[in-house]
Amino acid sequence: MSVAIELGDLAERIHARCPDTLVARGEVTAIVDRDDLLDTLAWFRDELDLGFLSSVTATDRPDGDPRYWVVYELRSIQGHHRARVKVGLPDADARIPSVTPMFPTADWHERETFDFYGIEFEGHPDLTRILLPDDWEGHPLRKTEALGGVNTRYHGAFIPPVDTRTTT
Amino acid sequence: MQDIPTDRLPRDASGQIRQETMIINMGPQHPSTHGVLRLLLELDGETVVTCKPIVGYLHTGIEKNTEYRTWAQGITYVTRADYLSPFFNELGYCLAVERLLGIEAPPRAQVLRVMFNELNRISSHLVWLATGGLELGAVSIMLYGFREREVVLDIFEEVTGLRMNHNYIRIGGVIMDVNEEGERKIRRFLQEMPKRIDDYETILNDNPIWRERNMGVGVLSAADALAFGVTGPMLRSAGVAADLRKDAPYSGYETYNFDVPVRQEADAFARYLIRLAEMRESMKIVAQCLDRLEEPGPVMVEDPKVAWPAKLKVMDDGIGNDPEYLRHIMEESMESLIHHFKLVTQGIEVPEGEVYQAVESPRGELGFYVVSDGGHRPYRVKIRDPSFANLQATPTMVEGSLVADAIAAIASLDPVMGGVDR
Amino acid sequence: MPVERIEGVQLGKTPEEVEEEVRRGVLLTTLDKAVGWARKQSMWPATFGLACCAIEMMSTGAGQYDLSRWGMELFRGSPRQADLMIVAGRVSQKMAPVLRRIYDQMPEPKWVISMGVCASAGGMFTNYAIVQGVDTIVPVDVYVPGCPPKPEMLMHGILTLQQKVRTQGTFK
Repeated sequence: MSVAIELGDLAERIHARCPDTLVARGEVTAIVDRDDLLDTLAWFRDELDLGFLSSVTATDRPDGDPRYWVVYELRSIQGHHRARVKVGLPDADARIPSVTPMFPTADWHERETFDFYGIEFEGHPDLTRILLPDDWEGHPLRKTEALGGVNTRYHGAFIPPVDTRTTT
Repeated sequence: MQDIPTDRLPRDASGQIRQETMIINMGPQHPSTHGVLRLLLELDGETVVTCKPIVGYLHTGIEKNTEYRTWAQGITYVTRADYLSPFFNELGYCLAVERLLGIEAPPRAQVLRVMFNELNRISSHLVWLATGGLELGAVSIMLYGFREREVVLDIFEEVTGLRMNHNYIRIGGVIMDVNEEGERKIRRFLQEMPKRIDDYETILNDNPIWRERNMGVGVLSAADALAFGVTGPMLRSAGVAADLRKDAPYSGYETYNFDVPVRQEADAFARYLIRLAEMRESMKIVAQCLDRLEEPGPVMVEDPKVAWPAKLKVMDDGIGNDPEYLRHIMEESMESLIHHFKLVTQGIEVPEGEVYQAVESPRGELGFYVVSDGGHRPYRVKIRDPSFANLQATPTMVEGSLVADAIAAIASLDPVMGGVDR
Repeated sequence: MPVERIEGVQLGKTPEEVEEEVRRGVLLTTLDKAVGWARKQSMWPATFGLACCAIEMMSTGAGQYDLSRWGMELFRGSPRQADLMIVAGRVSQKMAPVLRRIYDQMPEPKWVISMGVCASAGGMFTNYAIVQGVDTIVPVDVYVPGCPPKPEMLMHGILTLQQKVRTQGTFK
């Protein structure tokens, strides 16, 4: 017994619920407001069998408004179809409700997104840095932050470029 | 030995002997944790009360780095994320970029991709068997696992030039065709390997110590696994038949004849049996690939705006640039030289858009969320690594069991910290 | 020590050569060289495998490229029992204090091999997350380039280190 939903059918049903839907390259993306996020994800899980959250991540468009786009990838284990939900967040107010109570897997994904972008997930059980050291300053994956490298400053240490360092 | 007089032990207010739990730190440098994983364990005697995994000790900034390099250079970064399955990283990334470009690799390239992916699955499972056995004390299994892996790495070196982190799968195809010596080595491997897997089963399947340490250990039910986003052999050991090669096939997987082993017990022993069975299935797929390679064909897409311009060839001293091609661009055609130069230094242009492509790596769903803004560099590359999600299930698997069982449970999880931390 | 030449015995060498040979045969070497020889004979590495290079290091210790030939197959889990640290893999900023602490826990004499370009100079990851060369944290004796270096390259690095240990003076 399969609950598979064809792409066209999936796009129509999602479009009926979320007016801002687009289909490109074989994928359906629904853009929702952050206030509708939890309801939308619950509806996706109950009506479309999209109950497996693959990943939560974000993209930074510093020239755009909204600046941050938080992206949720959903997958149906039985039905094999996928969908994406995107939420736009303004620069000044980068907060979004956490989906961890609904999808426990979002725990570390949201921590990573917070670590990289500084987006606050309200209701997250333990929103701390996960991949970077606990006392790191800044959110490196923002486009406004430099790539770093040889001139990185950490704990006051300055590491000179490799070709100016001599050990002899 | 004298008995400790119990009237001298510290007691709490109600007169009970005071017991405290002990907080112990395991790792990040530890011979038994898989790589640089740190576990904060609260122990009551030998029983784990709470377990908190702390990751990030191998954070490399791969995702940020790809935004500053060309699309083709992204492959070299992405291949080092989950370093035990480099071909899967490359395939996921290249498939995502190809979907953005709207092209498809030629059939022969797809067969080569599938073949090397399955060989990589075998080599990754061999490392899991070797290190898992080592962590549980079966040191001979470590040597056997690495012995078999050397054969596979030899095949990789013969065809791609490198033992690890190959940069072989490119956008639009693969960089080189497999040569005769490579095919011969693969056939010999397919003849020898089944006997070795039989050896492993003979040593381990009925071994009372192996069974004691793995049966009933690290149990993770299907509901828990799905809630934590766990995929791969962990999920299939709990009875859920989810494998992206069957569910959402890519690179022609729907045309191959293979099974996906699934078990019901959801413990470490079930995962061990599944991984051994997966190695056998992978060999079946490789044999089918070798048959399909009888027909010649191009290995890189024809489109000149996308195809990697250089032609490589195996020569006496190794893999190098094809002398014919060099002569063509250096002496015959100025336009070819300019075209080659532009494509290699500036890189290809990928149309705007975003795409999520998932492949079934040895550890589970390996996903690539790639965003392009129409330029020569990726705008955002997010690697959805299976071990990152799988490790979240560690407290559920481990709490309430003994410390030694915690090690066996994490070994059966097969985390690769390069993928977790990226 | 002068050698007494016994009449009638032909050694086929000049007296000076014989003297030199005897001197070399009998353990009349400097204490430095004896200690250096003993130290290099079985250095025990501390497990410090981080990333891809760690897998190549394990391959070097496994059956095909056997580190046991030099008595080094015994990777010690505790740094207190090790005298060689092979930093195999990329060192992130979070791991750097751990690296230093493990190095400090090793007793003298100790040596460090920096395996791979990531450990030697940051490798391809010139970014915020990776320490651009572990020689900013610990003193390195031998750098082994490669991404990852083949087991033969690592063995060459180890043999170079052994050469260095054998010839370095210990009592200054």
